[in-house]
Amino acid sequence: MKHLLSVGDLDRTGIEQLLELATSFREVTRREIPKVPALRGKVVVSLFYEDSTRTRISFETAAKRLSCDVMGFSVASSSVTKGESLRDTVQTIEAMGIDAVVMRHSAAGAPHRVAEWIDASVVNAGDGCHEHPTQALLDLLTLRHRIGPGLDGARIAIVGDILHSRVARSGAHAFAALGADVTLVAPPTMLPSTVAGWPVTVSHDLDAVLGDLDVVYLLRIQRERQRETRFPSLREYTARYGLTVERAARLRPEALIMHPGPMNRGVEIAAEVAEGPASLITEQVANGVAMRMAVLYELLGAGGGHG
Amino acid sequence: MADLVIRGGRVLDPGGERTADVRVHDGVVVEVGEHLTGDTTLDASGCLVAPGLVDVHVHLREPGMEDAETVETGARAAALGGYTAVVAMPNTTPPLDDPTVVAAVLAAGARAACEVVSSGTITRGRAGEELAPMGELHALGVRMFTDDGDCVADAGVMRRALEYARALPGAVISQHAEDPDLVAGGAMHEGEWSSRLGIPGRPAMAEEVVVARDVILARATGARLHFQHISTAGAVELVRAAKAAGARVTAEACPHHFTLTDACCATFDPVFKVNPPLRTDADLAAIKAGLADGTIDVIATDHAPHPTEAKERPFEEAPSGMLGLETALALVWEELVRPGVLTPLAAFAACSWKPAAIAGLADHGGPVAPGAVANLCVFDPEHRWEVAPERLASKARNTPFAGRTLTGKVRHTLLRGDVVVRDGEAQR
Repeated sequence: MKHLLSVGDLDRTGIEQLLELATSFREVTRREIPKVPALRGKVVVSLFYEDSTRTRISFETAAKRLSCDVMGFSVASSSVTKGESLRDTVQTIEAMGIDAVVMRHSAAGAPHRVAEWIDASVVNAGDGCHEHPTQALLDLLTLRHRIGPGLDGARIAIVGDILHSRVARSGAHAFAALGADVTLVAPPTMLPSTVAGWPVTVSHDLDAVLGDLDVVYLLRIQRERQRETRFPSLREYTARYGLTVERAARLRPEALIMHPGPMNRGVEIAAEVAEGPASLITEQVANGVAMRMAVLYELLGAGGGHG
Repeated sequence: MADLVIRGGRVLDPGGERTADVRVHDGVVVEVGEHLTGDTTLDASGCLVAPGLVDVHVHLREPGMEDAETVETGARAAALGGYTAVVAMPNTTPPLDDPTVVAAVLAAGARAACEVVSSGTITRGRAGEELAPMGELHALGVRMFTDDGDCVADAGVMRRALEYARALPGAVISQHAEDPDLVAGGAMHEGEWSSRLGIPGRPAMAEEVVVARDVILARATGARLHFQHISTAGAVELVRAAKAAGARVTAEACPHHFTLTDACCATFDPVFKVNPPLRTDADLAAIKAGLADGTIDVIATDHAPHPTEAKERPFEEAPSGMLGLETALALVWEELVRPGVLTPLAAFAACSWKPAAIAGLADHGGPVAPGAVANLCVFDPEHRWEVAPERLASKARNTPFAGRTLTGKVRHTLLRGDVVVRDGEAQR
């Protein structure tokens, strides 16, 4: 594997191998000195056209624990002038001698284009509303350690602004690839005009699906969507689609709760629910480093890489 | 001035098709018949000899965006594509909303490889609010008025423009039909592919609500209305119904809308980004059906050059538009004529004399007969060639057909009797 751009780049076997690798790196991250020399001498650039403290730190930590040299290239969105093309920017960076670019961009497909222009490996750390494959993988890693290696037959609902969610696009395909039964729950204004080609069913009624779920996966609600008339008010959103304390009480006792962060407590998820025993939210963050170590190792280690 | 004979071809014009040579003298066709001789000869064996093509929708980018195209380079690309007249769109900087700017474009076109006709804006600054000085522009020869690139969204402004244009002989209001609120932020067709790719969508309904509204306005005002680049099945159906009801509407379709679909966007390459966007297979079929039954009158390229670096941005951030002039006729032949959607005669009607009539260009669009201005295109339908962006005459390289082998190429183009393209090579 040269790049990780979309979940669709991986089949079930490929995903499972990455999860195995990540499981072994989970052990590394728990050591007293959580560092291995696996990728010593490799250079990884984190190229974030969009702010994301947690994803960036997670990737940079993963790279450092593999003994990579890490360069940060911060592009404030305001400084992305109309003058320099994306191609010029990444070719300039590549000329410094690098092995991988971890890239976050506000536009869908930006990392796919970069992968055509440079020789280094490209890892998609989130592209517009398109995909966030390492988030989906770390979510799978988290579920694997709670409900077992496969997700066959597991009922997972992804709730929220599916239309604008790269987490949902990657997650729906990744969960389904491991056998889960995925339902998207959202008002019609927050769903794509069609989900043809998605391995999912759709519901507009959270209460109708709640009692059957093994996992509730909540998405962050962005307030600016109210101005786009996607929903009337946060209060109404919470009333219809929020995982309130009352709704959480109607979940099956073994049901699990996930959220990619950052959360709007009191909007899509009640604070008590986020901190309750069913919540995997902290584990998701912890697993992010091990999962990203596995991705970088897969791309750059054992014969991979281009340094 | 010497006589020129176009020898050995099949003449095709509004009167039909026959084997004949064409003798041209002093810019005019003087004789059509067999075994003609002249001082010089152009070989047309295996070719169709037809009226030059007319494109009612091209972006020549001058003034203001000369790094993408100029009147000179765009006209050269047009001539190589068999066009003898093009209507330049007004979304330049400054826009074509002022007589001095229009006069400058016309002056730049005077020496060009094809006749360059200026459109004029409908509204000042293409802002969609106040009418542009349509009468002053009309006095300079402007017949097509459009805010192309943007839709005239305000129904009241559109109504007044249609009414006002009725006082200007030959004038036609030309609408880029996409409701700006419904396409806000969109970069590709809204549907299965945009859903998968996470690219914000431009829905078919955005085009269709404007077409439906403007048909009502055209019927109520009695004005002539032309719909640019119709791209959806629903819009085709609305135009079909409007014509049946007697509205004075015409419509154009672009080659990319009958050759490519939104699936192309899966590469995230913005060479496939265009407004209106590439649609679905069903829309593509409806465009072909609309061309076949005459609902869609003309084929226009919406030739839209952009500098390479502008297309080296992510899909959502790159500008919209694609080149079209040098590939259009070959695509018409491959996608419409060979499969039997259009006869050769209907294809040239849609590319030559019908657009000439819409744009009010009496010297273009035939017939190929004594006394007619010698604006001619000699097309070899069997010539195979590969689209190589670096070899295009356009300044820009943003063709979505790069690397594709096309069958059908313009061999010669005559502008007022001058050979501006000879054996596929531009002479101006």
